Amino acid sequence: MSDSPQAAQVAAAQAARARDEATLVREAKAGSYPAFEELVNRYEKKIYRLGLNITGSPEDAEDVLQETFLKAYQHLPDFREDSRFYTWLVRIGVNEGLMKLRRRRADKTVPMDDPAVDEEGAAMPREFTDWKPNPEQLLAQSELRQVLDNAARSLPPIFRTVFFLRDVEGLSTAETAELLDLTESAVKARLFRARLQLREDLSKVFKKA
Amino acid sequence: MRCKKVMEELSDYLDGVLDAALKEDLCAHLSKCHHCQVVVDTTRKTIDLYCDGEVFPLPTDVHERLHSVIRRKCQQQTT
Repeated sequence: MSDSPQAAQVAAAQAARARDEATLVREAKAGSYPAFEELVNRYEKKIYRLGLNITGSPEDAEDVLQETFLKAYQHLPDFREDSRFYTWLVRIGVNEGLMKLRRRRADKTVPMDDPAVDEEGAAMPREFTDWKPNPEQLLAQSELRQVLDNAARSLPPIFRTVFFLRDVEGLSTAETAELLDLTESAVKARLFRARLQLREDLSKVFKKA
Repeated sequence: MRCKKVMEELSDYLDGVLDAALKEDLCAHLSKCHHCQVVVDTTRKTIDLYCDGEVFPLPTDVHERLHSVIRRKCQQQTT
């Protein structure tokens, strides 16, 4: 029984789960499918969320997810291992997400940026009421996700992308600027506007009566 | 420090990269200005809410389609 192909696959998957990222990458480069599959398992959720945040669409996010891992698999021999595999993956995912947006912009359905927003202009908060304690516990998980999604989708895509890369992914201002082909000051301005606008939107839901 | 200046420095303050002297001025302002304190606290909470990965699960069907596509691709490359 333990010699069956299925048992061997299960054993390989279990062994892969115990390995660190660098070891998995080396094994995947050498042709190990269980090692690559384990890398997918580790990061699929984050890459899906990346796609969702950039594109604002579950369908596009799934395309971004699939394309990111397929390209990663295809270009794995080119990955030089001088950065984290995940950082490399995020770069691929961001490019895939931005490509989706550009295609939609070409269709004139979604602007990449909002020309009405003056990035250098003084953005000032309008809502000063404190929030109820523990807002994450006020709604069911699915309702909270909907509230967060709606607020994020109300942002121009490039603002949303900057917010996600800086605040959720933890990329530096310089890394975000390089990925998005923006200046660092443009990243900072967009991040500030994104944070403030999201806060205003969420305040409508979570503020004390 | 005035409220407008607090807003200008808000992002650097939240990121922990604000110059020490400015940070001291900003904290002194926050201790006296309830509006700015609310903005700082709720902006921080906004970031925390988006960082909570548990709120964003990967749908099972999306996971299954992804693995099926990758498996197919890997098999094509090995044959």
